[in-house]
Amino acid sequence: MSPVLGAALDRVDGRAKVTGAARYSGELNLPNLAHAVLVGARVPSGRIIGIDCRQASVADGVHTVLTHLDLPRVAAQPKLFPSLAGLTAHGQSFFPMQDDVVHYAGQPIAVVVADTVERAEYAGSLVQVNYAETPSATLLDQVRDQAYEPQRIFGGLVPGRNPDRGDPESGLRDAELTLDLTYRFAANHQNPLEMSTTTAVWDDLDRLTLYDSTQGPTATQLSVAELLGLPPTRIRVVSHFVGGSFGAKALIWPHVTLTALAARQVGRPVRLTLSRDQMFHSCGHREEQEQRIRLGADRNGRLAALTHDKISLTSHFDDWAETSLESPAITYAAPNYAGGYRLARGNTITPTFTRGPGEATGMFALESAMDELAHTIGIDPVELRLRNHADVDPDTGKPWSSKGLRECYQRGAELFGWAGRDPAPGTRWEGRWQIGTGMATAAYPVAAPISPQRARARMYIDGSVVVEAGISEFGTGALTAMTQVAADGLGLPVDRVRFVGGTTDLPNVAAAVGSAGSGATSSPVHLACTQLRDQLVRQAVADQHSPLHGADPAAVVVRDGRMCLRDRPEVGETYAELLGRNHIPDVETVGTWMPVLAPMTDYAMHTFGAQFAEVAVDADLGLVRVRRLVGVFAPGRILNRKTAHSQLMGGMLWGLSQALLEATRMDPNTGRWANASLADYLVPVNADVPEITIDTIEVPDPVVNPLGVKGVGEIGIVGTSAAIANAVHHATGRRIRHLPITVEDLL
Amino acid sequence: MRPVSYSRVADVATAIGTVTADPGSTFLAGGTNEVDLQRIHVARSRRLVDINDLPLRQIEELPGGGVRIGAVARMSDVAQALPVRRRFPVISQALLLGASPQLRNMASIGGNMMQRTRCGYFRDVAAACNKREPGTGCSALTGVNRGHAVLGTSEHCIATHPADLAVALVALDAVVLTQGPAGHRQILADDFFLLPGDTPDREHAISHGELVVAVEVPPLPMASTSIYLKVRDRESYEFALASAAVAVAIDAGVVTDVRLALGGLATKPWRARQAESVLVGAPATIESFRAAADAELAGAVPHGMNAYKIELGRRTIVRALSTVTGDARMVSDDGNPP
Repeated sequence: MSPVLGAALDRVDGRAKVTGAARYSGELNLPNLAHAVLVGARVPSGRIIGIDCRQASVADGVHTVLTHLDLPRVAAQPKLFPSLAGLTAHGQSFFPMQDDVVHYAGQPIAVVVADTVERAEYAGSLVQVNYAETPSATLLDQVRDQAYEPQRIFGGLVPGRNPDRGDPESGLRDAELTLDLTYRFAANHQNPLEMSTTTAVWDDLDRLTLYDSTQGPTATQLSVAELLGLPPTRIRVVSHFVGGSFGAKALIWPHVTLTALAARQVGRPVRLTLSRDQMFHSCGHREEQEQRIRLGADRNGRLAALTHDKISLTSHFDDWAETSLESPAITYAAPNYAGGYRLARGNTITPTFTRGPGEATGMFALESAMDELAHTIGIDPVELRLRNHADVDPDTGKPWSSKGLRECYQRGAELFGWAGRDPAPGTRWEGRWQIGTGMATAAYPVAAPISPQRARARMYIDGSVVVEAGISEFGTGALTAMTQVAADGLGLPVDRVRFVGGTTDLPNVAAAVGSAGSGATSSPVHLACTQLRDQLVRQAVADQHSPLHGADPAAVVVRDGRMCLRDRPEVGETYAELLGRNHIPDVETVGTWMPVLAPMTDYAMHTFGAQFAEVAVDADLGLVRVRRLVGVFAPGRILNRKTAHSQLMGGMLWGLSQALLEATRMDPNTGRWANASLADYLVPVNADVPEITIDTIEVPDPVVNPLGVKGVGEIGIVGTSAAIANAVHHATGRRIRHLPITVEDLL
Repeated sequence: MRPVSYSRVADVATAIGTVTADPGSTFLAGGTNEVDLQRIHVARSRRLVDINDLPLRQIEELPGGGVRIGAVARMSDVAQALPVRRRFPVISQALLLGASPQLRNMASIGGNMMQRTRCGYFRDVAAACNKREPGTGCSALTGVNRGHAVLGTSEHCIATHPADLAVALVALDAVVLTQGPAGHRQILADDFFLLPGDTPDREHAISHGELVVAVEVPPLPMASTSIYLKVRDRESYEFALASAAVAVAIDAGVVTDVRLALGGLATKPWRARQAESVLVGAPATIESFRAAADAELAGAVPHGMNAYKIELGRRTIVRALSTVTGDARMVSDDGNPP
């Protein structure tokens, strides 16, 4: 590999973003553009018995007001399916405005189209709706007694119970020591800076172009095609820049198709941008949930049994739970294990992905319980985890494709200064502040799409290259990292390579979700570029006018765009010389990667890390301030040190936020979120952000994909909240078993 | 956003005349609250009269040690003004702990006095709210009310007043100068803000068309060491869960004078007169501070999620008093609390 891979290259789109040259989906100027605004249901449950649009329809600038009475029916009943599969990716198995039933507050009940956003908003406020309300349930506690065990969750991809290991109940019964702990989690919302926005443009041939803020352009294309009853060939999706997503744009929600339907109705391009308030009601959320952990261990801390049960609120349409049990099930070598999900139905949109989906809550529960175990038996929390280290996957007995967790503990402890920690809680004071430290393990599955992933590389006669794959850039740095992968594969300097994504015209890559984006895109990019390189080398050695004529292709290397003999670098020529001499305008290859899925391999694939936190608690006023965070992760190969560290840091800040700030609070009387704004839903500001130290352990992984990339999008958040809560206990002696931890918990 | 007409005026008389002529009109200064409320259809003015060009930006020292602050002076300018920082640090601190730098650069002092509650039900036009639509009820009484008031509430409204600055001004006995169709008035800050009572929609003791032109802070030598303490979930850009503005004079270990006002806890910027009367003449000790805090919160009424605010309010008072008096006994020599 050349040094370009992993280098801290500045973002290739950085200048365009900071100067405003980068255009987001809601910023495109189109002739005759009209603006749509959704009107959401104000009640969580009932029927619309009257909807009066007369005032709204005659308001200034209004083109149309659509309701369930006149909106064309969609061609198919959508079915929830995670976008990683690469197929249709509806966020829920329900499409609104098909009848008069209201299932959740904020459910779209009308679409107003006008010549300006302001006029559309105003007309929306004039739509008069009469509801026949029916009783609703919007909190877990209201329907807990009606909970059921789902056969499968997560669009049918995950069983409702994990397979048992051993005999967990007798494991618990026979253990020298047991803990039985319950953890509660507030609902969370993703809150990307850019609100979801779609612009729909129909042409004269009934073809549709959608400018959509999405994590997966193809997911948008296929999902909208299904609902409109159109072949995907008639729908083109463009999504060059997306202003963050964190799961809000991972699946395709109704507003996208509603925009297309509205545009067809008014016969002009239509843009719809959700308001911040609507973002809380329109693209899912991390569900309110409770998790129970039972641990059985011996006096030395060796786990004999672990059970992990989750109960959470889902919608009336889908058996959705974020998959909180996967990593906790395999993090430690507990011989006996059981885990399962229970769901209760409420008047909510179907919950969905939120950063660190599943593991951010599941590992909080496990790692908080492990800290209690360490404290109970009086051994160091790091030592407890080392004693239970899973040398192989405890579920399957397979070896890990790569791990690096021991190294993460060791390096993290060094960077943090963990050694010599006094374990006694509530004994360190600095003025009014009580100081505490805590740690936790981070774990996240290595996911991959289930379909082939493709990329195309085309070299022009001057030796410059454009590489293409249909990904969107939603802030991760993918365009930059893929430029590096391409330059590495071709032996070119990065400024000779342009990586292009953002439309469904390009070779298809699945939506970048679940930390799978870097692996899913780098693999076909690498294959396309190395195939192109090899093809040109073969052509050179076959060309009697080439200095490389007759050489063994295996003896040829490429550096800075020049093919030469490895042992005699003075013998060679550039790509441009070869192409120019032969009058070849361009050469093109398509790389296709068939992802490696767990059942197909003899290896278990997972990403690990270690988190350390220091907090200061002013228990007199109930304040917790995080002073230091250290995270060390083993995410396989790093494609760009700078963007990878940014991703990991962002994840850790999400963990801090989950620990101390984030909660969407449901008012069961109104059935609506009571703090649906960025003033009331708190995320950290710069003043909350402490010193953050990040390091990575680069573990070679020959299994997961060609470059050994395991992803950095999610692992950073996992474990941070547990490390902080454990530090709060160390500071104060108080165990808080719910998130977020706020002032009233510590007074 | 509702259709709205907009005009800019250059003198006070025209401003007052324009607004008075149209009951659906209102003054517009920095707009950081008004425009926000217009956009979510909570404020429903059809005419906005922009007063940013009025000659009301001065921050002047008054003879004897007071300060006069023009109504359209920006929060950021007032926070940095030397006379304010020197004579009334509590004002500067309250301003700098409020909002964000961008908002402080826009928001005016007069507008700050007029800012509306952050109660989520007030801001949600689909919810019942007596403050927004009298007679519809109060959703907060049994709703999500973690941030709501425990002092000065009524059965009709428990919305917290969001102010930081006004808490300091109430403590300092500042005077709000207004001008309206009926002429000039001077209103004590404590009287400027109204308790919700039976009319939570009435928040200020001024009438339509009456314009805040300035705020005057009278001389108060002990205010030169005054402080503002703000307790909140995150370090910046959040309204107070509890706050205290305090100035104290001590002679021979005894409190001779004290001003104390609370934010985040009450339906208006809350002058803590009960606490003040306990403190005056009492030794400046933690026991006195606790007794004062207990007295002030004795009448507090919780509503579910906000019950913690009663204890938090007590501790905020004690912390503010012990900080401003430099009481070292909160932490003993070995660094541990007593």
